[in-house]
Amino acid sequence: MIELFTLSTGYGSWNPVFWVIAFAIALIIGWIIWSRGEKTYDSGREASSPYISGNAEPEKGAVHIRAGNLYWGYTDALSGYYRFIKPFHTGNASDYLLAYLFVTAILLIVVVIFR
Amino acid sequence: MSVILDNLPALLIALPILGAILCPVISRISDNVRNGWVLLISALTSLTCLAVAEKVFAQGALVYTFGISAINQVIPPDSGGIPVRIIFVIDQMNAFMLVIAAIVGFCITVYSISGISRLSGKDGFYTLLMLLTAGVIGMISTGDLFNFFVFLEISSLSGAALVAYRVDKGVAAEAGLKYGALSTLGGLMFLVGIGLLFVQYNSLNIAVLASRIQLTNLDIIAFVLLFTALAMKCGAVPMHFWTPDSYSMAPSGVTAFLVVSSQASLYGLFRICFTLFGAQINPLTIGWVIIVLGVLSMFIGVTMAIPQKDVKRLMAYHAVSQTGYMLLGVGVGLAALSNMNMFESAGMMALTGGIFHIMNHALYKGLLFLTAGVIFFRCGTRNLNQLGGLGHNMKWTMIFFMIGALAIAGIPPFNGFASKLLIYESTFIFNPVLSVIAMVVSILTLASFVKVFHSMFMGPVLPEYSEVKEAPKPMLIAMGILAFLVILFGIFPQQVIDFMVTPAATALVNYPGYIHAVLGGV
Repeated sequence: MIELFTLSTGYGSWNPVFWVIAFAIALIIGWIIWSRGEKTYDSGREASSPYISGNAEPEKGAVHIRAGNLYWGYTDALSGYYRFIKPFHTGNASDYLLAYLFVTAILLIVVVIFR
Repeated sequence: MSVILDNLPALLIALPILGAILCPVISRISDNVRNGWVLLISALTSLTCLAVAEKVFAQGALVYTFGISAINQVIPPDSGGIPVRIIFVIDQMNAFMLVIAAIVGFCITVYSISGISRLSGKDGFYTLLMLLTAGVIGMISTGDLFNFFVFLEISSLSGAALVAYRVDKGVAAEAGLKYGALSTLGGLMFLVGIGLLFVQYNSLNIAVLASRIQLTNLDIIAFVLLFTALAMKCGAVPMHFWTPDSYSMAPSGVTAFLVVSSQASLYGLFRICFTLFGAQINPLTIGWVIIVLGVLSMFIGVTMAIPQKDVKRLMAYHAVSQTGYMLLGVGVGLAALSNMNMFESAGMMALTGGIFHIMNHALYKGLLFLTAGVIFFRCGTRNLNQLGGLGHNMKWTMIFFMIGALAIAGIPPFNGFASKLLIYESTFIFNPVLSVIAMVVSILTLASFVKVFHSMFMGPVLPEYSEVKEAPKPMLIAMGILAFLVILFGIFPQQVIDFMVTPAATALVNYPGYIHAVLGGV
């Protein structure tokens, strides 16, 4: 039965059932922890409001971290790469055609040399 | 009944073309009748695709010749041994692609019923959508190079018109124009390549050409023209620039099917390499060309995706990146053909992984584009910097997005993991560096979709989206079908591989079998 779910890769195998079982166990553990939490907690009162060192809560829109602020470190670290790669994406159809013709020419040379 | 069953391959394109022709007329009755008609045609077309595919997987390659009484009379007695009529050749590889077109085609039609409900010109939209379907199915099914070109043009022109469907947005018209212009140029190059083969070998039939090609200088030029036209159409780097422009501006249902359209071009590319020129090209050279295109597509696609602010543009770059995986797997399979030991130890598995990834990608990327469409439908923006907190009101959309995002990142137990695992392991045997690059790209993919998930669904409910509702039912049904298949194919990958993928990979490699299926003992 277990073999029904087993993917053979030629060098190994992968069985999603074990992953699903592990995921289910993690969910059950999470549920147990949650169910043993504070019973008197009332989500409709002050307890649910964020506490920011006594300061007033900012507007919701100001709290949410926007996409533009995510992965700043990644893009900054690779800024050299992006300075190189972005200019190719001009949005100009003439450049698109140029890239197409460039690949055609390169491929022709490669195929002729290594036929 | 037997007449219908015998002529199922003809119905593959007859149904969507009939649907397209009658759609503007039926639209005059009422919107509901038109929607019913579109759904009926889409369901029948998908069922026909599945029926033909099932027949092929059960009985082997199917050759259907148009315009003759005896269906398998491919070569007329007065033609000098050349099959001159329009023929469909559907082997297991074609059948595999038909299954993809059937599933995604039906889902996006259901989705579009709500997805474009607020827009005008719906009769034109559905007409073009059915023509696009006919074009894609025709590309997949035909056994004739010129007919492939015709269907390629049908899909390109209808696709360009659909990209520009929101005519009130000038950017959409520009994206449609770019797509149309590039597709036309690619189509012309493709036509020149066909002409070079026709003047030498007197035939347009793929099987006949495959049996006669000598790899002359003209053949090499023809090969390059055919190869690059299809590589551009499938969005391989560095010919991918049209992809983010077009995918981001098209209505989301259309975008999901444009992915399948690109995959039909990818199928054409593989058919050219493995079947048409299978006996003559140097598999190591062309295999490595495909591998290089694949690695460039994977890496540049994902790195360009990460900084994007427009969710559909981001997903479009991921589509480029995922195409790279397919090119990598199939490229390794082709390159390994130069050494049979390598092919048996790694090549076949890489080929299987690459082909399996085509289907997986169509499912999860289709799902992701549909979720992005729901966000745009409800919030009126695709800008990630303006979105947030939608998970509170759009729980089902969030769950479907999570399933798609985890699948594209190759997280088990979703379908993307199964095909990527095959690609990782087999390419590691072939060349470990390729495998490492593929895994790094998967990590970057996950990082990118974590950003999208956080930006769209996490955080507090934003005031401007406090009244946002969940997606309409047709959209949820379409996304639900795709999400279900993403999970199903992830939990039963071996069954999918045994039933569809391995036969498809075997058929692709077996070009003598393709020739024999059409020409028999000729």
